[in-house]
Amino acid sequence: MDKAAIVGVAQIKYERRKKDQIFADMVFDVTREALDDAGLTIHDVDNVVTVSNDFFDGRTISGMAVGDACGGQDKNISTVSGDGTFGAFYGLMRVLSGYKATIVVAHYKGSEGDINITTNGMFDPVFHRHLGIDAVSSAALQANAYMTRYGIREEDIAQVSVKNHGNAKNNPFAQLPMDITVNDVMKSRKIAEPLKLLDCCPISDGAAAVIIAGEDIAAKCRKKPVWVRGVAHCCEEYFLGDRDLSNPVALREAATRAYAMAGIRNPIEDIDVAEVLEPFSYMEPLWLEGLGFCEPGAGCSLITKGITVMGGKLPVNPSGGALSANPVLVAGLARLIEAALQVRGEAGARQVKNADTALAQGFNGPCGQSHCVWIISGTK
Amino acid sequence: MARRVAIVGTGQTYHKSHRPDVTSREMIKEAVSSALADAELTIRDIDAIVIGNMDHFESINYVDTYSVEGSGGVMKPIMKVTTGGTTGATVAIAAYYHVSSGFFDRVLAIGFEKNSESDTTGAIITCSDPVWDRFSYSGAIPSLATEATAYMEKYGATQEDAALIAERDRGHAMNNPYAHLRRPLTVADIMASPMLAYPIKLGDICPRSDGACAIVLAADGIAQKITGKPAWFKAAAVRHTYTWFGDSTDYNKGLVSMQRASKDAYAQAGITKPVDEIDVAELYLPYTWAGLKWIEDIGFCGPGEASKFVGDGHTHMGGKLPINPSGGVISTNCIGATALLRVAEAAIQVMGKGDTRQVPDVRNAIATGFGGCFWSDIVILSSERP
Amino acid sequence: MSTQNRQGELMQLTFAYPMPYEWSIGLYGSRFFQEIKEKRRFIGIKCNGCGMVYVPPRRVCGPCFKELSELVPLSDTGVITAFSVVNYPFIDPNTGLQRPIPYTYGYIRLDGADNIFSHIINETDLGRIHVGMKVRAVFKEPDRMQGNIQDIKYFDIIS
Repeated sequence: MDKAAIVGVAQIKYERRKKDQIFADMVFDVTREALDDAGLTIHDVDNVVTVSNDFFDGRTISGMAVGDACGGQDKNISTVSGDGTFGAFYGLMRVLSGYKATIVVAHYKGSEGDINITTNGMFDPVFHRHLGIDAVSSAALQANAYMTRYGIREEDIAQVSVKNHGNAKNNPFAQLPMDITVNDVMKSRKIAEPLKLLDCCPISDGAAAVIIAGEDIAAKCRKKPVWVRGVAHCCEEYFLGDRDLSNPVALREAATRAYAMAGIRNPIEDIDVAEVLEPFSYMEPLWLEGLGFCEPGAGCSLITKGITVMGGKLPVNPSGGALSANPVLVAGLARLIEAALQVRGEAGARQVKNADTALAQGFNGPCGQSHCVWIISGTK
Repeated sequence: MARRVAIVGTGQTYHKSHRPDVTSREMIKEAVSSALADAELTIRDIDAIVIGNMDHFESINYVDTYSVEGSGGVMKPIMKVTTGGTTGATVAIAAYYHVSSGFFDRVLAIGFEKNSESDTTGAIITCSDPVWDRFSYSGAIPSLATEATAYMEKYGATQEDAALIAERDRGHAMNNPYAHLRRPLTVADIMASPMLAYPIKLGDICPRSDGACAIVLAADGIAQKITGKPAWFKAAAVRHTYTWFGDSTDYNKGLVSMQRASKDAYAQAGITKPVDEIDVAELYLPYTWAGLKWIEDIGFCGPGEASKFVGDGHTHMGGKLPINPSGGVISTNCIGATALLRVAEAAIQVMGKGDTRQVPDVRNAIATGFGGCFWSDIVILSSERP
Repeated sequence: MSTQNRQGELMQLTFAYPMPYEWSIGLYGSRFFQEIKEKRRFIGIKCNGCGMVYVPPRRVCGPCFKELSELVPLSDTGVITAFSVVNYPFIDPNTGLQRPIPYTYGYIRLDGADNIFSHIINETDLGRIHVGMKVRAVFKEPDRMQGNIQDIKYFDIIS
């Protein structure tokens, strides 16, 4: 693989309802901020990838809403309908195919659609949709499968919520910085057994952008380049009943490929910090198992042993993660941006000391059907 | 640096107005199986998949994850890209970068649509801005009708000039066993067909079809081992110029996105005289006037000259630059697959697999996609390794 | 059991549930509807880079990639640049019902603006409507306005 780097990043504060901003307004803001961050102008960027979803936006060809706002008028522009980690991967492919610099922008307004209806649309129209199953209730099925298989208690996964909402206090972009206890999580309202309110992400509005460039541009940018060391994605079967929901096989495969590309042999030793997409608390330990940071079933012990907390061997979601703000699609790009800020040493109060190699992960589809894993580093 | 990429196999379903015998997934499977068979590969040989359609036509969210049984994407990398009418070309171009970047050696690109599963015009209307345009907008036809009116007023083109485009493409479709509408249509038939929105009559516009298309792309060094005659990418250009419907309507400028994308594409391919250097074109012409106005914007003839250029037979089979040997969009239109069919048909011509619709000795073929807010995507394929 | 089936036995499932949304209109979009309600006229926005006046107003000029801020009051009149009398039936996603036809979809260059505004023109007789005709907006009564595009009822041909 030729060398390419993340050279510019931008996010806006994630909020429950950004009533004053249309999609284009949010994208215009992050586009300009990412350019400023990189020390580039719109003329230095020769192509664009937008990230959006027609169901969430309530608009066919949802990418059309933001073409002007990301400077795409006279450029090769395309739209990835999926998580921002996938959109960024497509942006990277374009750079490695000869483009100088790609800007990848993602937008989402959870406040504008009905998330139960739009995520119900992920399920099979003939056999499953009428059951009313959606992102939350399918996650509850997965949580149950996972907890039952390994004898995990609700208190164990509640720790994730406590940790991540606490971490969010150090992240100015987070929507829900909170001081809470396991008891608070346990007492919160039941949403879908075994998930309680504080096990679930909020509904969020937001946008984010990254600029990915080749070595020539990276050398000229204002900030320290964050080099892409490995990326891979993988998808498993569709019907929930055809899957082992407690074993994220697609994530395992994507991680294996990304690690091979990056030359990572022992992830827990070689990776300094991870940002994973955990809109539900149980997902963080489950994904950490899939990523090979521990044995299957041992995900929750990583918190108990102090490994994934700030100051631990492998801090996970110093940003507060998706539990603290979940602008869908944007949320995966936010993981990549947060990982990049860690590598740069610019993560402020949420900075992990001496972070050089970072992992970011995002997914598409119900219960994490299709995952994308990034390894980025300050070392070329 | 970027690797050279070629198309090494294509596949498509038979196209019909309604395929109640299959789900989208099963329809996709038909196209994928046929593309793999054409390349003499199995799904195990495929490293990654790109898929696209338009969500609200079937009302499926996350089609990439929904479709894996049909696409063959189980335990493979799959990504969804979607840009409206241009989706098929967008998918092909994304697959091109998947290979060109060095990440994947053999990639499958899939476009599909089951237009029968929703009210097509109702679904298209949802692409208009909900605040400003959706109340008055009535789908693709009126915006195209306004473009046609402006063109006729400016250059004196007649409705009969436009009708000749449909007569040509529907005639060509007789040679394509996969085409949806395989019944010849004459200029007189088109003139006598019901007026939908002046000056567009039923015979002037594309049908809505159910169907899927898939192509297999491979990297330099691998492509040659798969087939003796790969269709090499010489250019991939995209311009999605406008964001607002109201900004895209200076008809005196022509189809700006097509002008810009073709300029970019010709520069990439080293083409200076398109009519002399391109042997066949598969153009996304959703209605007849596009077959006049847009071939000016793509540089096949000068402004206002299209009626004569087409009338003289240059774009018919046997002419110097045959357009749409497949019958084009006027004969088959499964929207998310439509632009990919253009790329696939261009590849078929380069690979010499066109059978009764084959243009002799094709070296360079051009394919276009049209959609969104008067957007254009262009791919140039060649029998010569660039 | 055979998997063979006869075409007549193929079944279909109908899905017709509404998908509700609450879209933001944005700062300048909101000003546009306020201007209609208060002054019964349109408002555009001017780019100080290229000089284009856009309507409806928005924050960014696509060709210049510049932030826009100079709102420009326009009148309530314009010129038809293109139109189409729509004769075909279709389901209107705004209502879920068939939209009444025929109706005339028009592109109108509002006086003082450089791009085009689309709306309905109150004339379906092809003999009485032409490109280049002058039109005037007919607004709802202010107390019935709801801050959406239907606060403009349609455009009337005035000459």
